[in-house]
Amino acid sequence: MEWFVFVAGAIICLAGAIGVVTSENPVHSALSLVGTLFGIAVLFIAQDAEFLAAVQIIVYAGAIVVLFLFVIMLLGVDSSEDIRVEPLSGQRTWAGVAGVLLAGGLVCVVWFGQTTGARSTAARNDPNLPNVTQIGRLIFTDYLWAFEITSVLLVIAVVGAVTLARHRHEALVDEPPADEIPAPAEEVAS
Amino acid sequence: MLFAAAPEKLQTPGVEFSALLPVLILLGGAVLLMVLGALLPRRSRFPWHACFAMATAGAPIISAIPLWFRTRDDGPLRVVADAVRVDGLTVFLGIVIASGVILTCLLADGYLRRERLEGPEAYVLLLLSAAGGVIMAGANDLMVIFLGLEILSIAVYVLAGIHVRRARSGEAALKYFVLGAFSSAFLLYGIALVYGATGTTNLTGIRSYLATNILTNDITLLAGFALLLVGLGFKVAAAPFHAWTPDVYDGSPSPVVAYMASGVKTAGFAAILRVFVYGFSSYQTDWKPIVYVVAVITLLVGSVLAVSQTNVKRMLAYSSISHAGFILVGVQAATERGTRAVLFYLATYTFTVAGSFGVATIVGRTGDNAHALSDYKGLAKRAPLLAFAFLVFLLAQAGVPFTSGFLAKFYVLGAAVDSRSFWLALVAMLSSVISAFVYLRVVLTMYGEDAEDGAPTFTVPAGARIALVASVVATIGLGIIPGPLWDATKTAVRGDGVVATTVDTPTQASSGG
Repeated sequence: MEWFVFVAGAIICLAGAIGVVTSENPVHSALSLVGTLFGIAVLFIAQDAEFLAAVQIIVYAGAIVVLFLFVIMLLGVDSSEDIRVEPLSGQRTWAGVAGVLLAGGLVCVVWFGQTTGARSTAARNDPNLPNVTQIGRLIFTDYLWAFEITSVLLVIAVVGAVTLARHRHEALVDEPPADEIPAPAEEVAS
Repeated sequence: MLFAAAPEKLQTPGVEFSALLPVLILLGGAVLLMVLGALLPRRSRFPWHACFAMATAGAPIISAIPLWFRTRDDGPLRVVADAVRVDGLTVFLGIVIASGVILTCLLADGYLRRERLEGPEAYVLLLLSAAGGVIMAGANDLMVIFLGLEILSIAVYVLAGIHVRRARSGEAALKYFVLGAFSSAFLLYGIALVYGATGTTNLTGIRSYLATNILTNDITLLAGFALLLVGLGFKVAAAPFHAWTPDVYDGSPSPVVAYMASGVKTAGFAAILRVFVYGFSSYQTDWKPIVYVVAVITLLVGSVLAVSQTNVKRMLAYSSISHAGFILVGVQAATERGTRAVLFYLATYTFTVAGSFGVATIVGRTGDNAHALSDYKGLAKRAPLLAFAFLVFLLAQAGVPFTSGFLAKFYVLGAAVDSRSFWLALVAMLSSVISAFVYLRVVLTMYGEDAEDGAPTFTVPAGARIALVASVVATIGLGIIPGPLWDATKTAVRGDGVVATTVDTPTQASSGG
């Protein structure tokens, strides 16, 4: 059963990844990325990491890819780029080298490392409780303060976005066109 | 099975609101100001927004007074499941940050009117950012330090770009944001490694774990130290993580820079004291040499590069780097005296630097662009009082006797000599001499050279006038009567404070393993 889930998840991941790099249309690339992230979520569930799986779907597939799509749509879907052009020269070669090195490192870790697959004894992990429950408990006990002050970040994000998005249509003061240099303000009395 | 019902009722931790009051006032005030902002006119003769923000920043100072006596008599308060530890240091630095906010509000009012940017947003962000700083000063958990840092920083990223009609302001905001996000990643990675090595993110837990356990392999922990130092060093503008400072200080609105150099730096050093001096106290032999090297680089980079600057704001930016180096000298001592010197330095530097950037705000004129050294030519004739105030701030930063800057440097160097870091003290003195040249050049420009014909004179807005007078009084006053503040720092670090007066278990022996 676990073998079957792993193979299914791996196929979704790899198919998505191949789709990301081969699609000519950026929207298709972004949607393929959703496939990869979904496949990783499946693998997380197979490892009993339900919380990570949910976060993977909600944050990555839900929020981040939607953000990608927003940007692509705003820039124009029609402008499908010629993927033979390399913005950084030799990036494809370097990506290949980096990929081989990463894969080699991963193989080395699995091959020579002392990974036993057993649960860590140091981690506060109660095998009888699902980890969503455990994380929920920590949020309302040990990390209550951290959890509550996270809300402040949301307030700042809203205020900051509104503040920076205003006044965009007005002329700049430090690089004015030659004919509309701003008039000196009343404080400067010479 | 996935969402199985919890077998027993969850014991939630008690929340002692009186200990969290300074933070809650700042947050509540910021939210209230947003609501009021919708009701009050954006542009009015009376500075409603600034006054409300100052009242909100003043209230935590008042609410901190009972906390000060409580922590002095009963020891530190550990609240919300030990995630917050309110002790003398928290209260002291909270008051310093709130003072920085009040000075910034006073400067910002005139600035925002001059630049036609009136509105409550700047004050809301300032208060939220200050709340992040106070959270950091009271944090006893690496997660809380990280969140406090993000609250502090993200609000300041926006503040750096608040002058939306000035391209340089946007550029500064973007640079600060990208590099700041990068440094936060380092910090987070460091937290993860320290958690991996010790099994807890609680600083008291880390401290006792490291004091009672011998790690056979501490490479994870040491890598965590290094990454934490990168993340926090970025916030306080320590070299070699300082590259953002000149550009961001130059481009950001000058009152915001006053806050960056006072409030943000204070909060950053609060976190450094918490994490290194308190949390990692039994690993002093491992982190002290790193901080030593960072302090030396910071001192030299700050003072040497300041020499070649012709823009006063960039020069002050490099000087703030060099001051961060001085404060690191106090951190490096890791003794009670060193921490006291750090607190004294932060308190006095807040007034000095806020005043300096206050002068830059006014001399910058509409558009906030006139910051070249030539714009200060003959300032003494055009605006004698303004020039005198700047003279006081520059002399204080140079460390001239009878100013607070002299004593701040004196205490830091004393702590360094006490802990037998003679070479570091020597480098600090050398850097002080190099910096003195920089400050004196500005003084000579103001007093020695004549202004060009038609150079503008200045009308200082009332708010900025109050801020400058307060800063001058604090700078000279603390230089002549440092006693009360110096004694207060003793109370702040006393007893079960941040400083490990005794290292419980000799774990150094294991550090080679």
